[in-house]
Amino acid sequence: MINIVGFVFIAVGLFFDFVGCLGLVRLPDVYNRLQASTKCITLGTCSILFGAFLIQGATASGIKALLCMLFLILTSPVSAHALARGAHRSGVKLWEKSVIDRYEEDRQKQ
Amino acid sequence: MTSRIILFILGFITWSLLNWALDWQHIFIGVIVSAFVAYMTGDFFVKRTHLFTHPMRYLWFLYYVPVFLWECLKANIDVAYRVIHPDLPIHPGIVKVKTSLKSEVAITFLANSITLTPGTLTVDVDQGNGYLYIHWIEVKHKDIEKATKDIVEKFEKILKRIFEE
Repeated sequence: MINIVGFVFIAVGLFFDFVGCLGLVRLPDVYNRLQASTKCITLGTCSILFGAFLIQGATASGIKALLCMLFLILTSPVSAHALARGAHRSGVKLWEKSVIDRYEEDRQKQ
Repeated sequence: MTSRIILFILGFITWSLLNWALDWQHIFIGVIVSAFVAYMTGDFFVKRTHLFTHPMRYLWFLYYVPVFLWECLKANIDVAYRVIHPDLPIHPGIVKVKTSLKSEVAITFLANSITLTPGTLTVDVDQGNGYLYIHWIEVKHKDIEKATKDIVEKFEKILKRIFEE
């Protein structure tokens, strides 16, 4: 029974990872791509790791999967933030149909 | 000193979880390694150590985890829908929101939570004035107050009880 639940978690995780990669190809600019890749790939990978934990139980490898989830949740938004800030600072433009860019306005004022 | 003890305990717990074998050799090496790390880098791990002594903060943190996970799940379904939809229904832009949080840890947690929740990604933080610049995949409000209400408020109230006051 617990194995089936674990495999369901792994399947859901694979789906979200797939959507994340699809977003990386389909979306127009670097910021939108970061949105898709950060969110979907964080949850997808966490879901796969949680499924592995359910199948393995509280053994050495199962607990390592849980720790990996924790570190992934802590580090992936930080790297996305660093990439987005670096891209904007080095002059990567937003998609031409973007609605508003307050960051650019405020940086020009300074 | 208190900061070093907290780092020692956290390091030792992480080491024990990574090994998951409670014989004396692992514990011995773990104590030596975490004591060394705590001695070398413990000074700048936590600045306001009194925060660790209030039990209510831990309870609010436990409440924060399910709220955050629920928002995270909604975010994923939302982004997945936008990516799979043939017309790509996105109206992206960078908006500015205001936060009343002051401490570094609280703002870091807020920025990370915003990054992992529906359609928002923190681009930059202005800690002095309390502004966050957020890339929003579907801009609903352009002015600061309404965007703040939509993006920041649900986390801000909880984070304030965990890290400030």
